[in-house]
Amino acid sequence: MGAAIAANGLSKRYRIGELQSSYGTLRESLTRVAKQIARGPHRPHHEEIWALRDVSFEVPEGQVLGVIGRNGAGKSTLLKVLTRITTPTAGRAEIRGRVGSLLEVGTGFHPELTGRENVFLNGSVLGMKRKEIARKLDEIVEFAGVQRFIDTPVKRYSSGMYVRLAFAVAAHLEPEILLVDEVLAVGDAEFQRRCLGRMQEFGQSGRTVLFVSHNMQAISRLCERTMLLGDGQIERDGRSADVVAHYLQSGQGGGSFREWTEDDPAWSDGTVELRWARVVQDGRTSETADVRRPIGIELAFDVLDDTYAVFPKIKVNSNEGEIVFNAMDTDPRWHEATPGSYLSTAWIPANLLNEGLFTVDPAVTSLGSGKLRPHAGERQAVSFHVYDPGEGDSARGNFVGGLRGTVRPLLDWTTEER
Amino acid sequence: MTETEVKARRAAERAPVAERPSRQAPTFVIRPAPRWPHLDFAELLHYRELLGTFVWRDIKVRYKQTFLGVAWALLVPVFTAAVYVVVFGKFAKFPSGLKPYPLLVFAGLLPMQCFSSALNGSSVSLVANSALVTKVYFPRVLLPLAAVLVPVVDFALGMLVLVGLMVKYRNWPKFPEFFLAPAFVLLALVTALGAGFLLSALNTRYRDVPYAIPVFMQVLPFVSAVPYALNEVPLKWQWILSINPISTVVTGWRWCVIGGAPPNPQMALLSVGVALLLLLGGLAFFRASEPRFADTI
Repeated sequence: MGAAIAANGLSKRYRIGELQSSYGTLRESLTRVAKQIARGPHRPHHEEIWALRDVSFEVPEGQVLGVIGRNGAGKSTLLKVLTRITTPTAGRAEIRGRVGSLLEVGTGFHPELTGRENVFLNGSVLGMKRKEIARKLDEIVEFAGVQRFIDTPVKRYSSGMYVRLAFAVAAHLEPEILLVDEVLAVGDAEFQRRCLGRMQEFGQSGRTVLFVSHNMQAISRLCERTMLLGDGQIERDGRSADVVAHYLQSGQGGGSFREWTEDDPAWSDGTVELRWARVVQDGRTSETADVRRPIGIELAFDVLDDTYAVFPKIKVNSNEGEIVFNAMDTDPRWHEATPGSYLSTAWIPANLLNEGLFTVDPAVTSLGSGKLRPHAGERQAVSFHVYDPGEGDSARGNFVGGLRGTVRPLLDWTTEER
Repeated sequence: MTETEVKARRAAERAPVAERPSRQAPTFVIRPAPRWPHLDFAELLHYRELLGTFVWRDIKVRYKQTFLGVAWALLVPVFTAAVYVVVFGKFAKFPSGLKPYPLLVFAGLLPMQCFSSALNGSSVSLVANSALVTKVYFPRVLLPLAAVLVPVVDFALGMLVLVGLMVKYRNWPKFPEFFLAPAFVLLALVTALGAGFLLSALNTRYRDVPYAIPVFMQVLPFVSAVPYALNEVPLKWQWILSINPISTVVTGWRWCVIGGAPPNPQMALLSVGVALLLLLGGLAFFRASEPRFADTI
């Protein structure tokens, strides 16, 4: 058995400008060039970052390899390089076998086309032959459970149906090597379960799978081996249980539960100690949260001394690194310094956040002059995915396309006839 | 539900994963972008079905959710031709070179509009498909290539009107010149593809392209002999106009289809040369920028 993937010194450099402004105008470029000429050629005119730096690894045929790491660690870039969407700046990789990727289900779906037509479109974009798709069409449609609507344009689909059909196509792709990026971020629990099941079968049938995820539970369950990326480099590579444990303990923001111990405490000025934080929905710790129900952020902490009147606070960040909001507990009980052990839960209302990954920075602070004075806290201690099952009762209604924005409140609309 | 029930249900509903094919899997190598752009023909051949799929998709969705549907393929050239006939034919009295002016104009407009929509389509093709470009690998040249082929359908439909005009003016194509007609359509497509390669690649970085094209398109018919016959303008100007391949497309097409004056062979050669240069230059630029499309789009 040889290696299905052999990467050697893969590196990818981005110029910061490229990452930040996705497009410019010719005029901006011309003025930039003019400025450079005026300044002389010596000055470096771009800040560069290495999204991947000297990444070497081998994946034997038939292995299911997990890839984890915090946002911006280079996971997605690695997949993009391996799927040839972008070329590396240096290094090489050899890939044996047909590669299929589930970078995003539904890629290439056209809203005006019917379900059947989109199966053909999507299938051939993913690299299937027309004959192959025709042969599997019935199976795909049945798997998705959209038999009745197969000749309806997909723009009339509910988002649940849309995602199911898209996933069904991807799941029937039969590559030797499957690259999966965070498919579990979409769809309901049932869909995620099926998705995981399908990947497990892939692994068991001797195919090679590279699975990128923030879902530590899924990683530990599906992958025998896991690679931890940090700042574009391989930080750790080994048995999933070990790597995941290391990752969670190092507090790199994986998962919905974070516990701090004496060996691994959160930052503190000595007056407050954080114990643990977790994301809860419906009474359980959840990596994924239904957009239609409140999401609780629990923070357990000990107040050790009575110098400051402290109170808990959370900061919620979007996957793009924007601050979605800061929220603190304004209850009068915190007006006086009261040492003791506390468990506070901040309830994020239902139908507030948009779909996507969010990280939470919990902290315990007191009122300072002009700004909050932190006493203990950790950045990106816990994270959760918000998903919308697409049953028409969220702010999405029956719309299936992308809805931009960090928040997506379900507003009260009033309309009168004039 | 008990655990066994859950397991049974799972087993029942999942589709079987076929056994891994035993044939030797192909190996490919990922490496930094080569310094010199080249075209991988074997790969293009492998992806020919996808090209067909893209063309089919664009044709399929072209007139979706429009009231008049495919009729637009006829209405657009007919209305444009009507304006030309009134303004340039009746008021300005442009030289029509012995042919009925409406026939001359319509025969000229057809390949002109084919070129115009081919260029429009191909120059925005990468950005319009950015969801694909950033998510899936396939040879990117397929996108502008497919976009260039799509307007051929409209072109074929427009031919119906042209045939109607031929009947009305009792003006029939000459043989065997008629069989050369596709060559001039091909020249239009090659030109559009060359420019499309260049502009679509530029468009991933600079969104100025969609603004610039209409300006260019307003001028193009007048430097492509659409509202007049090329052989009616001074010879010096004929040479200058021939640098623009579309003037040869229009003249040659008229020659083959309505029996207009033949194009000057040397001028035609100049046009073909320009078109090929544009194609090669455009393709080289496209391939050179291709590795960065997903990053800059």
